Amino acid sequence: MSTLLDIRQLSKTFHSGKGSVSALQNINLAVKEGEFITVIGPSGCGKSTLLKIVAGLDVEYDGSVKLNDRDVTGPGIEKGFIFQEPRLFPWLTVEKNIAADLSLHKPEIRKKVDELIELVRLKGFEKSYPRELSGGMAQRVAIARALLRNPKVLLLDEPFGALDAFTRAHMQEVLLDIWQQNKTTMIFVTHDIDEAVFLANRIVILKPRPGTVQKIVPVELLFPRKKSSAAFQELRFKVIGEFEKIEELELVDNGAGI
Amino acid sequence: MSNRAEMLVQPIRRTKERKSSWSGLKWKARLNDSMIGAILPVMIVMVWQLAGKLGLISTFFLPTPAMILESFKEMILSGELAVNLSISIQRAAAGFAIGGSLGLLFGLLVGFSRKAEHTLDPSFQMLRMVPHLALAPLIILWFGFGETSKVFIIANGAFFPMYINTFAGIRSVDNRLFDVAGVLEFSRFKQITRLILPAALPNILLGVRLSLAVSWLGLVVAELIGSQSGIGFLINIGKQNSTTEVIFVGVLIFAIVGKLFDSFVRLLERRWLHWRDSYKG
Repeated sequence: MSTLLDIRQLSKTFHSGKGSVSALQNINLAVKEGEFITVIGPSGCGKSTLLKIVAGLDVEYDGSVKLNDRDVTGPGIEKGFIFQEPRLFPWLTVEKNIAADLSLHKPEIRKKVDELIELVRLKGFEKSYPRELSGGMAQRVAIARALLRNPKVLLLDEPFGALDAFTRAHMQEVLLDIWQQNKTTMIFVTHDIDEAVFLANRIVILKPRPGTVQKIVPVELLFPRKKSSAAFQELRFKVIGEFEKIEELELVDNGAGI
Repeated sequence: MSNRAEMLVQPIRRTKERKSSWSGLKWKARLNDSMIGAILPVMIVMVWQLAGKLGLISTFFLPTPAMILESFKEMILSGELAVNLSISIQRAAAGFAIGGSLGLLFGLLVGFSRKAEHTLDPSFQMLRMVPHLALAPLIILWFGFGETSKVFIIANGAFFPMYINTFAGIRSVDNRLFDVAGVLEFSRFKQITRLILPAALPNILLGVRLSLAVSWLGLVVAELIGSQSGIGFLINIGKQNSTTEVIFVGVLIFAIVGKLFDSFVRLLERRWLHWRDSYKG
């Protein structure tokens, strides 16, 4: 598999009236085509910032971000983005939300929209309005909307963070289903360790102030994964171990500061 | 797995079913609602009629509902009402069409362009504060007592609610949806037709409603200052001849037709804005 996304020496500094804060520093990451990457870290580690930069929603950074050897200069359909909230158009039905600016009267669009509705398990809700949907269903519409554009990579920014535990588990399985059927490369930001281990080929652990890569943990468990299995728990402990290291470092830092 | 999907889906289905079975009773419920709305006016009219009959109030100043109805009937039969009403509606419609569409146009322009906002909005806001009646003498001086000045007065009033609400509607579009439009690569044209205009539609329709109301109110001003026809003219005649019933008929017509216009726009609101998830009381 070839490298799809290449991030090199990426740094990002936020400037404000009070001074500047380094959000990301020297991030290096190469994502292969078809890979499922989860990015995890404590709040303030810059994981959302990293995703926004890859999406082209934030273009003020140092270093290079290349998708298929081309610099990312702005947002676009080849980089599907799923926000924390579904962000549907409230005046459009489910199927029209998925089509968005494309016309459902075109047979090829109609066909793909129908297939996607099937894929995200929303059959029977084509004509429903967003206000009639549950949070999980609305987020599935958002995923279908991104997939219709055949993105090279799907970027997900804590997409299931607002859902309850049962719905979240269900959505994780739906997403894995989609990934296995469509082979879309996924970069998934989360703060949930279970979620990160359950979905990923590789887990990127970020540590804060400034955001840097603490460790990249490969996950070689076969799908479907069982959260209760010993191998899963072992990986989970490994990730928790990395977090503890981060905390210890922070304590030392703070201690030195006093 | 599939069980879980069912679990997620079911509650929504149930509410859907409830809605559809309810729609059979819809007209009945609606009738009930309008009957509740009629209780107060009906009671007032009854007390009024009784008071007039018993001589508790002077029917010269406050003719009884029966007298008003009688005069209403006469005016319908003589064709007087139809002619004057149609003239009034034409005036209001012309004023609304001109003022409303200019308001929509400038509202869109100022909404879309910051430059246009900085150049035009302060002047519009200043003009908005000038009352109808203060402008009327000037307009009559310029255009005479003809139709032009009447339509002008109405259009002037109709412009501002349309302008302000269109402008506000465009500026209140959720910024987060613009991010979505960016990620989905909407063209500038699609951004306007698929995002900004639908999002601004509730405000634009509110503008239409208010603008129609102002046109109808402006009509009185326009017709009371020198005119030879129209409902406002009928009221003036009633004042000159001291036929209070005629004044009441004019006032009633203003109320009824105005309410009909408003109901029509609200019908449009219900049809076009049914996607809104807001408190309905």
